[in-house]
Amino acid sequence: MRALLYRDLILAIRAGGGFGLGLAFFLIVTVLVPFGVGPQSTLLREIAPGILWIGALLACLLSLDRILALDWEDGSLDLLATAPLPLEAVVAIKALAHWITTALPLVLVAPVLGVLLNLPATGYLWVVISLAVGTPALSVIGTFGAALTAGLKRGGLLMSLLVLPLYVPTLIFGAEVARRGADGLTVQSPLMLLAGISFGVMALLPFASAAVLRINLR
Amino acid sequence: MSLWEYANPVKFIRTTDKVLPWVWVLCAATLGTGLIWGFFFTPDDFRMGSTVKIIYIHVPSALMAINAWLMMLVASLIWIVRRHHVSALAARAAAPVGAVMTLIALVTGAFWGQPMWGTWWEWDPRLTSFLILFLFYLGYIALWEAIENDDTAADLTSILCLVGSVFAILSRYAVHFWNQGLHQGATFSLDKEENISDVFWYPAVLSMVGFGRLFVALGFFRTQTEIRARLTRALLAREGQM
Amino acid sequence: MPVLGKYSLEVLGSYGVTLTLLVLIVAFSLRRARKVRLALEEVESRRVANG
Repeated sequence: MRALLYRDLILAIRAGGGFGLGLAFFLIVTVLVPFGVGPQSTLLREIAPGILWIGALLACLLSLDRILALDWEDGSLDLLATAPLPLEAVVAIKALAHWITTALPLVLVAPVLGVLLNLPATGYLWVVISLAVGTPALSVIGTFGAALTAGLKRGGLLMSLLVLPLYVPTLIFGAEVARRGADGLTVQSPLMLLAGISFGVMALLPFASAAVLRINLR
Repeated sequence: MSLWEYANPVKFIRTTDKVLPWVWVLCAATLGTGLIWGFFFTPDDFRMGSTVKIIYIHVPSALMAINAWLMMLVASLIWIVRRHHVSALAARAAAPVGAVMTLIALVTGAFWGQPMWGTWWEWDPRLTSFLILFLFYLGYIALWEAIENDDTAADLTSILCLVGSVFAILSRYAVHFWNQGLHQGATFSLDKEENISDVFWYPAVLSMVGFGRLFVALGFFRTQTEIRARLTRALLAREGQM
Repeated sequence: MPVLGKYSLEVLGSYGVTLTLLVLIVAFSLRRARKVRLALEEVESRRVANG
């Protein structure tokens, strides 16, 4: 299991793996927002938590297809399916690899981008915490979407259409934590709900993803 | 293709052929009566004015939007467990109808909300939930269209329907958390007995039944089409192999 | 026509959109059914012709 994880991590990081693209995208989206809504710092301050969440979410979304695409194309996915490791574990590890290589950097970079958006001082901690708690859900849900569209040429747009509605609850609670934190309010209930979604999804969705992958590999 | 061996699809077509004309007639009768009664022969509400007439399309379509998804969920489960092809094809057939119902609910909801709230759209929890439901419908339909192999498509879409249903419920609660909402429940409540007088209640019920029958009629009809389409694909595949 | 008063746009708009959408879905369903029926008949007649 660890071997698979290391392999995916190394594949993602080396040249051509697309590592850093997610970060770059996050940066670009954050920079684009003031151009779209105007530079007034009071407005940016209001929407900063939400924008950071949306930017991170979209950056995750864009790097989802490489969870499975490369392995699908060169046949490694077929090999993994017949390996002694259960497909549910394979899927979970791929989600974990995505989280470590794509989502985690976003979480760490978010405070820096928060500066660009005039994020209030109290917001920094909660943006990071909400992203840290919520992005695992994004990776796991994204892996499900990637499994559904595995093997489809140009399945990227379809995958976005399938995954984005599934992202809504995570986004709502995550952004709520970030917003309330920025305003200095208590964050307990949305944080609990966010954690609930992440844990629930991590525990259950790999089974669905594995089932889907088995179907696609038939 | 194993579709041949199952009597199900053929029996389905035969049975629905007999039943369909009656369903269409009943549908026209109830829906027509309900809408005409509601539109022409009911008074205005003292609060909402003539916009109360929108209730005869907004509530039934919203109900059917949910019911269609529930039917798809059940059909998907039947496919997963029993692998009746008719079930999978029925879910496929129902989806566009459900999507249209959702769209009607959204548009009429917006039209109704405009005079009441002052804007064409409000991110009210109920409307927002329906917007999310519409997106789920679109994704489901898109997945069916994208996959070539019929059995694979049936399998994948049924799993999507299952997972989607869980997330739809999650979203509903999330959206209520996110925005406490403008509806204080009264008008849109299904406890019609206490909130709406008989004068509105009867044509509303007729409309609801009418919309339900419309869904059944369209569902039967479209499922027949899906069965024939699948049969055609199977025959073409055999031709190609000979 | 009942007196719709100041809400005539909203009410008529709702009914109009609804009826239009319903007519569209029925029409599309009919059209697809006819297309599929013809295709099926064509393939089946070829089967019969080929024995």
